Amino acid sequence: METIKLTIDNRHVEVPKGTTILQAAKQAGINIPSLCYMNLPHLAQEHKPGSCRVCVVEIPGRKNLVPACATECTDGMTVLSHSLRAINARRTVVELLLSDHPKDCLICPSSGNCELQQLSITMGIREIKSVENAAMSTYRKDASPALNRNMDKCVMCRSCETVCNEIQTVGALSAVNRGFMSVVAPAFEQELTDSPCTFCGQCVAVCPTGALTAVDNTFHVIRALADPNKFVVVQTAPAVRAALGEEFGYPPGTSVTGKMTAALRSLGFDKVFDTDFAADLTIMEEGTELLDRITRYLNGDKEVRLPILTSCCPAWVNFFETNYPDMLDVPSTARSPQQMFGAIAKTYMAEKLGVKREDMVVVSVMPCLAKKYECQRDEFKVDGDPDVDYAITTRELAHLIKIGNIDFKTLKEEDFDRPMGESTGAAVIFGVTGGVIEAATRTAYELFTGKKLEKVDFHELRGMEGIRTASVNFNGTYIHIGIAHTLGNARKLLDGIRKGMYNFHAIEIMACPGGCIGGGGQPLHRGNSIVLKARMDAIYKEDFNKPIRKSHENPEIIQLYEDFLGKPLSEKSHKLLHTHYFSHPKK
Amino acid sequence: MQLLVCGGTGCRASASATIVEKLNESLKAHQLTEEAQVVITGCFGFCEKGPIVKVIPDNTFYTQVKPEDAEEIVAEHILKGRKVSRLLYEDPEKKEHVEDSKHMGFYQKQMRIALRNCGVIDPENIDEYIARDGYSALAQVVTDLTPEQAIDLVKQSGLRGRGGAGFPTGLKWEITSRFTSDQKYVVCNADEGDPGAFMDRSILEGDPNSIIEAMTICGYCIGATKGLVYIRAEYPLAIKRLQIAINQAREYGLLGENIFGSKFSFDMELRYGAGAFVCGEETALIASMEGKRGEPRVKPPFPAESGYMNKPTNVNNVETFANVPVIFLKGPEWYSAIGTEKSKGTKVFALAGKINNVGLIEVPMGITLREIIYEIGGGIKNGKKFKAVQTGGPSGGCLTEAHLDTPIDFDSLLAAGSMMGSGGMIVMDEDDCMVSIAKFYLEFIVEESCGKCTPCRIGNKRMLEILEKITLGKGNMEDLDHLRNLAYVIKDTSLCGLGQSSPNPVLSTLENFYDEYVAHVKDKRCFAKKCKALARYTINPDVCTGCTICARNCPVEAITGEKREPHFINQEICIHCGVCYQKCKFNAINVE
Repeated sequence: METIKLTIDNRHVEVPKGTTILQAAKQAGINIPSLCYMNLPHLAQEHKPGSCRVCVVEIPGRKNLVPACATECTDGMTVLSHSLRAINARRTVVELLLSDHPKDCLICPSSGNCELQQLSITMGIREIKSVENAAMSTYRKDASPALNRNMDKCVMCRSCETVCNEIQTVGALSAVNRGFMSVVAPAFEQELTDSPCTFCGQCVAVCPTGALTAVDNTFHVIRALADPNKFVVVQTAPAVRAALGEEFGYPPGTSVTGKMTAALRSLGFDKVFDTDFAADLTIMEEGTELLDRITRYLNGDKEVRLPILTSCCPAWVNFFETNYPDMLDVPSTARSPQQMFGAIAKTYMAEKLGVKREDMVVVSVMPCLAKKYECQRDEFKVDGDPDVDYAITTRELAHLIKIGNIDFKTLKEEDFDRPMGESTGAAVIFGVTGGVIEAATRTAYELFTGKKLEKVDFHELRGMEGIRTASVNFNGTYIHIGIAHTLGNARKLLDGIRKGMYNFHAIEIMACPGGCIGGGGQPLHRGNSIVLKARMDAIYKEDFNKPIRKSHENPEIIQLYEDFLGKPLSEKSHKLLHTHYFSHPKK
Repeated sequence: MQLLVCGGTGCRASASATIVEKLNESLKAHQLTEEAQVVITGCFGFCEKGPIVKVIPDNTFYTQVKPEDAEEIVAEHILKGRKVSRLLYEDPEKKEHVEDSKHMGFYQKQMRIALRNCGVIDPENIDEYIARDGYSALAQVVTDLTPEQAIDLVKQSGLRGRGGAGFPTGLKWEITSRFTSDQKYVVCNADEGDPGAFMDRSILEGDPNSIIEAMTICGYCIGATKGLVYIRAEYPLAIKRLQIAINQAREYGLLGENIFGSKFSFDMELRYGAGAFVCGEETALIASMEGKRGEPRVKPPFPAESGYMNKPTNVNNVETFANVPVIFLKGPEWYSAIGTEKSKGTKVFALAGKINNVGLIEVPMGITLREIIYEIGGGIKNGKKFKAVQTGGPSGGCLTEAHLDTPIDFDSLLAAGSMMGSGGMIVMDEDDCMVSIAKFYLEFIVEESCGKCTPCRIGNKRMLEILEKITLGKGNMEDLDHLRNLAYVIKDTSLCGLGQSSPNPVLSTLENFYDEYVAHVKDKRCFAKKCKALARYTINPDVCTGCTICARNCPVEAITGEKREPHFINQEICIHCGVCYQKCKFNAINVE
């Protein structure tokens, strides 16, 4: 590997050939600011269009300034990152961006988290020189159940475009129009809800400003909590507890389950339950469905549809309904844990608590934006009343806690209420890629072989690679499993299945990188893959430390079937816990 | 005998196609169809005096011909040998008729190399191209030379790119030839986007085979088997002529498999632009051809390494290619003897503006601006005073009287604060407002900017707003400082050539015509009387009858005066709407 020697701001740096000035500078402890640059090393995607021109640096002898993010170091190069010429250029560029940006920082949802705001703060900008009534590139606002587009605040960094097209291969966003009025929008400037958008929220996760934001349901929840006639129940997804702490200064990878539960109780939720309970329930239903299909297949049934696909990720379901409408009988019919929870809460639980369905409000805390869309799908309502009323994100919960004047760090740990707060380790790992199928494997193994599973950890199903495959030995029968995360990888797998290339029995798909821990509603990691890895480790650690680690051993689940559902795939289970799919879903 | 009728777009717009019809009718009527043929050719260049009809072999050059003149030309000149003197060009100084174009001031200092066949051959007939040594260069290269040898000859000639950047062509071909790949491409940039420029269009309309031959030679040199011509959709005649030429070349085996019996195969196709100036930038052009949004990308890597479909691609301008066959036909020494030390050969210019001889010219590098404007161009129209000459289109700068003796070459123009660009040259006189000119070019840039990078997308808009403010009389001196800083930063930080050169008109006019900016800003005056908002209306007390019509119509009550007494306009209140000027029946109001 050839080494390049160069000087940046009078510091000598040695880097491998191919390193850009921006990366070399970082190594030397020089933080050249940038805006459109986005590095997602865990997805092998480096987005460096060189278009914002904030990271320009001076190389004496060259005619113009060069973008540090997109210029390769050459041997003997001299770089000046804060010469007067570079500073003046950088400031002017940022001033230009600010001159075409709404000035409502104080009330913008991204205030405090905005990279443009941070640039202005760091650079000490105190004046924006432009003529009176200077033109602003405005665009109509676009809303959807999951995310909002306020393109007035777009800085044309094109990160959302890269994520939507290159990583997710959804293709809902691209640049349209030209020049000053150019903007990122769906093709033919459709509304987002008419486009192929799956609401995966990855665009929101990478947007540096307030152009793309999540729909905020915080005040709906506050009003419900304040209503004395309402019985408000909350459920929290596994991925939330592994990341919520970051919003309060904890290092990434800190599991804050106990404090989260305490905070929710303090906020006034009548019951603090756990989505993990419903995850165990999902395994019961989906695992049984998986086994049913596999058994029929192994017994010679040629008609049975294999592989079976997990269906708990609503962005994935959307993607599937839009792109593979010819294969709608392939996914499991099981609903997602969020929705199963809502269905059981407003029937079984409501009855148990003596609460009328219309008085119960179910709130879910999710790492995800697509869940906001999922809970308002018509098939998840009973006579117009949704099983899950509001889905809020990890970030919104953090706000709620702050609005509730709660000092998170000093909370004493508490536990979830029962029965819908009891869960196993298998449920926790739903939050990571490979977790759902590992959980299903733990249960399917014992049900299929009739033997006890000694080694509960299936390391071959874990990891960050985009597409993983494994063959698990079910006492002599090999079950072939495929796992994909990000929709681009899902597409690769699905295209292969459509062509009949694979012999998988079961496939798990997650739309977000790393699984739910990388969801669009999580604390923003801005491409820091170390954060994702840390969250993943926290999830597996919590699973490891749980006393019960297989879904079918959850005593409350066993009780639920005994009391109410009968058995998996029973008529009642089908009615409450299963669904069907639509080609080209209405949004 | 032959009657060559100019079939360039300019003359066609003046019914040259009808002239052809009428000539043919008359020839038939006089039974002269055996003795004389009408040939449609490419652009002669003397557009000011078009439509042009040239009679061969006596070289009689008829100007401003109308369809109804066709009969007279045939009956008098062809039949009886009597030239139609009223259609001959009249030298404005000597007041004499000039029959042969080589004696005309417009043509004397020109040297037509890229335009060698324009106005001479029928561009829709490949045989005429071949008759003038067409495809001989290709034959020589493919059968006698190795690619390295051929590239070397191009390098020796000193030919530099004619699209604006002036990169040494031979060197570009050499770099591209060195990259190994399963597929390489030759691309011709025919997106000519500068407003008012028609050099490339004329070459494509008048001599499309020169491009085909040159691209094929290039393919041989760099190891490409495919050529692509990216041509703007607004050039339908050029597209038509190019496609005819490609088809004819294919028929003759000059495109396709095993050209001239060698192992070398090459073919090409056309790709159309869709109305974007920015797609003249090579990486945006390539993106457009790939079906993507026409936006430039960061260089390096350069197209020579990774271009169309990420393969090594050589992109050259139309005029650059037009020069290539001549280098092989006449040898690089002949070529490099023309021009200056660092800028060899000739350059085609589209000469326009306040000049007597508007048209298309080709001159050796090194000729001065003065020679072009006063000798070739025939001086300033209507006897006005020269003010400035703009070279390089929206990427270039304005040069003043002090620069008139600057030799035309890449480096001298840059040093003078402008650039060669693709060949636009616009002459301005005392009635042109330099601030408005800068504003005009910026309006174009703002319209055409792709929007990818911050300085060009937002910066140019902000510069335009400042100029609009100034031309409306609302500017201040701070605006000028801000304008200058913006211009430097946009030039220094833009991602591509469009943004990097867009501030040039502003910077060069600020440099050379600063007093005009100050007059607009401090005195709120436009001496060229172009900026309507700065027009000063005053009442001449000697003429004013005191009829009070102006005062009664003034929307801001800026006019005072007693009945039958001279009236007075208060400049502080006047909003320069001009209503008083329109209403006054006695011409008592002066505008300045």
